[in-house]
Amino acid sequence: MIRYVISRLVTAVVMVLLATLVVFLIANTVPGDPAMAALGDMQASDPVQVREFRAKWGLDLPLWEQYWMFLQRLAQGDLGISIASRRPVLDDIIDYAPATLELATIAFLLSLVIGLPLGIIAAVRRDSWIDHSARFISLVGVSAPTFWLAFIVLAIFYGWLDWAPGPGRLDPIAFPPERITGLLLIDTALIGDWETFHDALAHLVLPSIVLAASTLGLITRTTRAAMLDALNQDYVRVARAKGLLARVVVTGHALPNAMLPVVTLGGLAYANLLTGAVMTETVFSWPGLGRYTFRSAVAVDFPAIMAITAIVAAIFVLVNFLVDMSYAMLDPRVVKK
Amino acid sequence: MSAAAILLPRIASTRRRWLRRYGLATLGGAIVLAWVLAALLAPWVLPHDPTFVNVANRLKPPSATHWFGTDALGRDVLARVVYGARVSLSVGMVVVLIGALFGTLLGAIAAYARGWAEEALMRATDLVFCFPPIILAMAIAAALGIGTVNTVIAMLVVWWPKFARLARSLVITQRSLEYVEAAQSVGYGPAHILLRQIMPNAVGPLIVLVTLDLGQAILVFAGLSFLGLGVVPPTPEWGAMVAEGRELVQQWWVATFPGLAILTVVMGFNFVGDGIRDWLDPHARTR
Amino acid sequence: MPAPAEAPAPASRPEPQRNDLLLRVRDLRTWFLTDSGAVRAVDGVSFDLYAGETLGIVGESGSGKSVCAKSIMRLLDEPARIVGGSIEFRGRDLATLDDEALRRVRGREIAMIFQDPMTSLNPVLRIARQLVEAMTAHGRFTRPAARTRAIDLLRRMGVGRAEAAVDSYPHQFSGGMRQRVMLAMGFSNEPALLIADEPTTALDVTIQAQILELLRELNRDFGTAVILISHDLGVIANVCQRILVMYAGEVVEEGPPEELLSNPRHPYTWALLHAAPRIDTEATDRRLTTIDGQPPDPRAWPDGCRFRARCAFAVEKCAEHPALLPIDATRAARCWVTQAGGALHPPGRTHAQAAAPAAVQSTAPLLEVTGVTKHFSLPKEGIFAPTRMLRAVDGVSLSVRRGETVGLVGESGCGKSTLARLVTRLHEPTGGRIMFDGTDITHASQAEIRPLRRRMQMIFQDPYASLNPRMSVGEILSGPLLLHRIVPGEAAARARVAELLDLVGLPAVATSRFPHEFSGGQRQRISIARALAVGPDLVVADEPISALDVNIQAQIINLMVDLQERLGLTYLFIAHDLAVVRHICDRIVVLYLGKVMESGRASDLFTRPLHPYTQTLIAAAPVPDPRVERARRHVPMKGEPPNAVNPPSGCRFRTRCPIAQPRCAAEAPALQPGADGQLVACHFPGVL
Repeated sequence: MIRYVISRLVTAVVMVLLATLVVFLIANTVPGDPAMAALGDMQASDPVQVREFRAKWGLDLPLWEQYWMFLQRLAQGDLGISIASRRPVLDDIIDYAPATLELATIAFLLSLVIGLPLGIIAAVRRDSWIDHSARFISLVGVSAPTFWLAFIVLAIFYGWLDWAPGPGRLDPIAFPPERITGLLLIDTALIGDWETFHDALAHLVLPSIVLAASTLGLITRTTRAAMLDALNQDYVRVARAKGLLARVVVTGHALPNAMLPVVTLGGLAYANLLTGAVMTETVFSWPGLGRYTFRSAVAVDFPAIMAITAIVAAIFVLVNFLVDMSYAMLDPRVVKK
Repeated sequence: MSAAAILLPRIASTRRRWLRRYGLATLGGAIVLAWVLAALLAPWVLPHDPTFVNVANRLKPPSATHWFGTDALGRDVLARVVYGARVSLSVGMVVVLIGALFGTLLGAIAAYARGWAEEALMRATDLVFCFPPIILAMAIAAALGIGTVNTVIAMLVVWWPKFARLARSLVITQRSLEYVEAAQSVGYGPAHILLRQIMPNAVGPLIVLVTLDLGQAILVFAGLSFLGLGVVPPTPEWGAMVAEGRELVQQWWVATFPGLAILTVVMGFNFVGDGIRDWLDPHARTR
Repeated sequence: MPAPAEAPAPASRPEPQRNDLLLRVRDLRTWFLTDSGAVRAVDGVSFDLYAGETLGIVGESGSGKSVCAKSIMRLLDEPARIVGGSIEFRGRDLATLDDEALRRVRGREIAMIFQDPMTSLNPVLRIARQLVEAMTAHGRFTRPAARTRAIDLLRRMGVGRAEAAVDSYPHQFSGGMRQRVMLAMGFSNEPALLIADEPTTALDVTIQAQILELLRELNRDFGTAVILISHDLGVIANVCQRILVMYAGEVVEEGPPEELLSNPRHPYTWALLHAAPRIDTEATDRRLTTIDGQPPDPRAWPDGCRFRARCAFAVEKCAEHPALLPIDATRAARCWVTQAGGALHPPGRTHAQAAAPAAVQSTAPLLEVTGVTKHFSLPKEGIFAPTRMLRAVDGVSLSVRRGETVGLVGESGCGKSTLARLVTRLHEPTGGRIMFDGTDITHASQAEIRPLRRRMQMIFQDPYASLNPRMSVGEILSGPLLLHRIVPGEAAARARVAELLDLVGLPAVATSRFPHEFSGGQRQRISIARALAVGPDLVVADEPISALDVNIQAQIINLMVDLQERLGLTYLFIAHDLAVVRHICDRIVVLYLGKVMESGRASDLFTRPLHPYTQTLIAAAPVPDPRVERARRHVPMKGEPPNAVNPPSGCRFRTRCPIAQPRCAAEAPALQPGADGQLVACHFPGVL
């Protein structure tokens, strides 16, 4: 088992390194000169200033040296200085990450809490009205564009009905709590500031529903398919022949087997939520990683782009690694003794 | 106890059963077909020109003359939505068909050849999977500049691996079946066996994925356009149109109708894809 | 058209004086209500079962025996439905019982074990959990008590190291062990009835013998009634006190095995008996008695007697559907002919008495295999784990002369399938030498071998996987013709295809059909036609009949024997069924774990087997005649097949050999000549 863990870990690290290399190559072998983009027209026309700029950012060194420097700094936790904001990228990321983490996690939990039971019931009561509604709901969730859904939801529940608060994590007049983790729900709960807690929670409702929509569809469909497959297996027939209660057959025998593909997909879905929330964040003015990525891309801020891509790749690899580990724990056939 | 009488239960008529199973797929097919026709016939059936600016007429609600109202520049929203279909459908088809072709070929050959080719393919697809389409598209757009062609290139880079993976797993299933060994013992060469014997048996799930992915590609491209990375204005495109109408909560029609267009097209493709998948699935036949 | 309802047991049959009736099935009808019509899988079955009795239900696929068994516990899902009849069990009608009451019967009063032990156990749950829940679900034991009892049961069933085994997962066990676990589950609540649906079909013959012995013991010790379902008459005959023969959804004959099998009163039983080759008799004619055709379509059973279209004894009255009528106190048959007193004569010679097996033409062997090995490296557990090797074939030598039929036998894992693929160069050997008609093909490239492929072809085991589902029969057969340029063009190919179809007994219209439109036996005929298309000298047949019903097996055997005579073919015939091999092979090679244990002429090997493994194999194969079976030697084989990745040192068979000595662990025996052309790899040949 240990051998399995270590070999997966090694593979994971190699993947992250390769990913950073790929990003580095993309960034440096395509047109788009960060010096020109950052300096503005007047300064850019002065070759001395351009040269100084390049030297300052190390843009005049050979490619592999730049990459080596990048890796070294990475190992020390230095992700470079953002050209646009002039701050260390790491600081930028630490600022923006918690918002995305909070939103993505709430959305993921929401889709699990609704999607798993829905998928299970849809499979057990195949072709019933629950099954058809579940399939319809998941289909709509998977088909609706997130940015549009965000707009519709905001327009109806904020613009028209005024049931939910507007964009942003808190009301404009609210005092944000002292930053401990950056996760508002946790920070406010820790100091007992329940008014701000409610404000943060209220602001989370709409964006997490929107973000959860497509993941909900995915989880429902996967769970339903996996349960149907499991219920068709011989061991389920054997379980019924033993005289077990129907409930036990479904939850004790079919469900553990169905969870395997769901865990795999769920992990991937969570990683996607963390890294792909840019649409929702834009519409809801959510100060998260997605918006930061977008702004960096538009500003051609290479250090920021590379750092973020490396982070994203690392997140995916980490999530995949965790999924592998949980799969190994759930499915005894994976690691043969 | 005496023997019970023979019950002769009624079997539902065949047509009703077929409707229950494939009704949704047919509806989806009709939706897709309607959009394709609309996109093709747009110049001839639409009363208004999508790029005709008329500031005096701006932000008018839906009416008899403008069924979907007008946008911030007085352009007819209906015309822009229908013209938007042209962009979305063509981008979707290009990305998915090219990605599918390339990915399937790569995956099938790697799976049949085995050895280091297969390993290399797996690592390459793993690598691409590390990057969500949005992020990579943004990075590439930042490097190459915005525009439809660049966005399509970015999407192609991330689109082929899932087909490679699927093709690989399908070929792996087939290659251990005995008809492949029989073909080898007859003396056919590997190219013939892979392309003429194995692939026809693997084609089903690939078609399902292509159909479902057409919807996904349209979604992703609309999203990128929403962020400003896809099309260049004033080309009408659904995502860009939603972006334009994003702030206009009172003038809801500007953003709502393009989004509905996306929703219906993607749902249509999803229905059809699900229907094909059910049709191929042997389990479904027993009922 | 539905057959008329069965009359209750006729008063004329004297009821046996027993008052412990356990199960009474009357006129059971289970139909599958599909889109294309009602499939009448079980169409009027009636029988009684008494406490402690063992009842066997035998029939081919499609006879309804498995559906009948599952109907008793109502384990069938839509679209199957019990549309008529009653299943009385201890005073309740199971066919109409409510769900909760039925749940309490299942696993507690009636238990069932199924055919495939690999999929019957839940792979993600421990054995302990699966055993314990069977007992706690009926409230008879607390968790700890159930666990203790589970360990005891496993021990009783012969699972070694039961305390450790109980906490293991199913994938860590072999097929035979899993079936023992299933038996432990079945007996855990001491049910009154155990239904075993083809419990040994998926197991090797030696493991099958162990499991059947276990069943006999359990029936004796626990007093549990057993319904054993199988397609194998030998299995049923030696475990059961009474036999039901099913055909086309009905019981066609009933009676105790001694009488039923020595004097069958229904033509179908008669045909089953004579279609199966016997391991205990020398074959005088290589051809077997078969019945033509296929079982009728279950969506539309024919009027009158359902066996009529294939019956050698049919008379006019058979146009009327016969009832199951008693012959004497213990027997009944559904046949007008025997009812009227007619006798079923022993099978006549359908072909002229064959001469001794076709004389071997030349002395130079067509195929010569010398010391061939094939090692597979297994996927590594992790980056740093050592590579493990599977020695599938580890030094095998054999030779096949022109016109001969050489049989290659062994159980699963012995390497016979791998050897078949080495001989036809689908795989490349790791070592050794393979000579085909004087040419060394051991390490030749695929391009070099291609011209030789015309001369050696292969037939495969699985009739469903060995034909490309997307190609029509015409395409499958004409492909090789055009590839090797045997015919000048399409038209000539079509003509040749028609000839080939005729050669294997298929109609010409088959050309445009697809494989899924044919039955298993017909598909094997197509496979044979494909192999013959290029006109080979050598045909390697890898278990070509294992997946077929007994009667179809006989048809294919006859076909292969015919073709050999007409075309002068040479066969390398791989099988695990010794009776078949005895029947048609000139010489036999016995494999175990990748090595040859014994080889020699078929007649010698069976009358005077020298190797302990050969003797246990022969002893384990069931014979469908209880009297003969009782008189036979029983050579018990202990234990499980060892791990092929780490074979035992010295003689590989020693861990299961009844006469193993210390010398066997130290030194691997070489293949020595025994008596008269036989070769044996044993330190103590002929001792057993």
